Amino acid sequence: MQKETPLLEVAIWRGSPTGGAFTTYSVPRQDSQTVLDVVSWVQRNRAPDLAYRFACRVGMCGSCAMTVNGRPRWTCRTHVEKVANAGRLEIAPLRNLPVVRDLVADLDPFFDKWQTAEARFAPTRTRAEEPERIVPDSPERSAANAAIECINCAVCYAACDAVALNPAYLGPAALNRAWTLQNDSRDGARAERLKAVAGDGGCGNCHSQQGCAAHCPNGLNPTASIAGLKRMAARALLKGRL
Amino acid sequence: MLSARLYLAQRISALVMAPLVLGHLAVTIVAVRGGLDAAEILGRTRGSLLWGGFYGLFVLAVSVHAAIGLRAIVAEHLGLRGRGLDIFTWATMAGLLLTGGRAVAAVVL
Amino acid sequence: MRIAAHRREALWFAFALHRLSGLALAIFLPVHFLVLGLALSDPAALDGFLKWSNHPLVGLAEGGLVFLLAVHMFGGLRLMALEFLPWSDRQKSLAAFAVAAALFAAGLFLLGLF
Repeated sequence: MQKETPLLEVAIWRGSPTGGAFTTYSVPRQDSQTVLDVVSWVQRNRAPDLAYRFACRVGMCGSCAMTVNGRPRWTCRTHVEKVANAGRLEIAPLRNLPVVRDLVADLDPFFDKWQTAEARFAPTRTRAEEPERIVPDSPERSAANAAIECINCAVCYAACDAVALNPAYLGPAALNRAWTLQNDSRDGARAERLKAVAGDGGCGNCHSQQGCAAHCPNGLNPTASIAGLKRMAARALLKGRL
Repeated sequence: MLSARLYLAQRISALVMAPLVLGHLAVTIVAVRGGLDAAEILGRTRGSLLWGGFYGLFVLAVSVHAAIGLRAIVAEHLGLRGRGLDIFTWATMAGLLLTGGRAVAAVVL
Repeated sequence: MRIAAHRREALWFAFALHRLSGLALAIFLPVHFLVLGLALSDPAALDGFLKWSNHPLVGLAEGGLVFLLAVHMFGGLRLMALEFLPWSDRQKSLAAFAVAAALFAAGLFLLGLF
């Protein structure tokens, strides 16, 4: 006697930069199925022109980030049984980013803001000198380490309401990385970076809702990092150094 | 560095107001007992340097705080930016300082 | 009402409450100032207004205002603790405490009417 395969009702956003809509597909359920499995099944069996991104499919690269039932997640690490509301899934591209096509978001603005925040390392020593000694459990290094595991997946950026409300806001990821560099004694651009992150699109835009921390797949807390930047900026301002 | 200054002004005015709000809450809760009466309130506040200073400081702090708070709201929900946003902020602060200062004068003088 | 999934977080609700209470207070404030200013321009009108405000329904509205003021302040203090004090994971409990303290203050106010 053949068992009937239970089906999932999956609404996937299809469209372009000019607009789009949700199309519903019936997808057979399987054990240990992830949302990425579902999207791949739809592309292979129902919609060969469905555009979506993935790479490692084991929760290391962050490429597969999409909005699943209203929340930004890594689809390769999201088990269907954990999120399907009564056998229904809704999959859309990441929020706060322009759409390229279907489930593919354009990450250029995300990376541009990374640069605007000066969130890149500015070396001070050369190979001719001794490497700088860093004490691993110093307060600064501990603060940097707590925030260093960011892989730029943009889930926090998509989760952030402050980004949605202010398109100029640099966002949790860029500011989180800037914080790690502000705590790096080897970095030579800390004064300039503080100006970049305390300015108009900077840390003052964060309202501490912690949507970023709630959704970060690596368990990071950009709100805490941004609070650190706020403290640094306030101190610098009071000392006349901002 | 306007945004950093606004951020600091917001936090400082909030800290200044914390004890003032608690005092004001206590005063209203006590004053409202048995019904509000103009003569009763004014009898307490007229000619009082203490009440003048207390509420004068309150008006100053709240004018700064509310202007910056409303600035965030109109910028984020109404999309107001640039000069228009600055004019709105200053106008709000001025409006609250004027009406608030007048109210303090009204009950203290 | 279908609220966006991430909006069901307790901390988003705390943000919304803080913003709405601030807005309501900012709108109420000029009205409050102008009424008090009546002591200068029209004392009889002030007295009349205050007598009207002794009505229990107005008292209820005033209790609501006290709630908004208390919730905005305790929420704001929570935010500043978050920003300036060592990080802790007790934010949700603090948010809940903020609302509780506010309700308590409003309760005291309303009790004063009876």
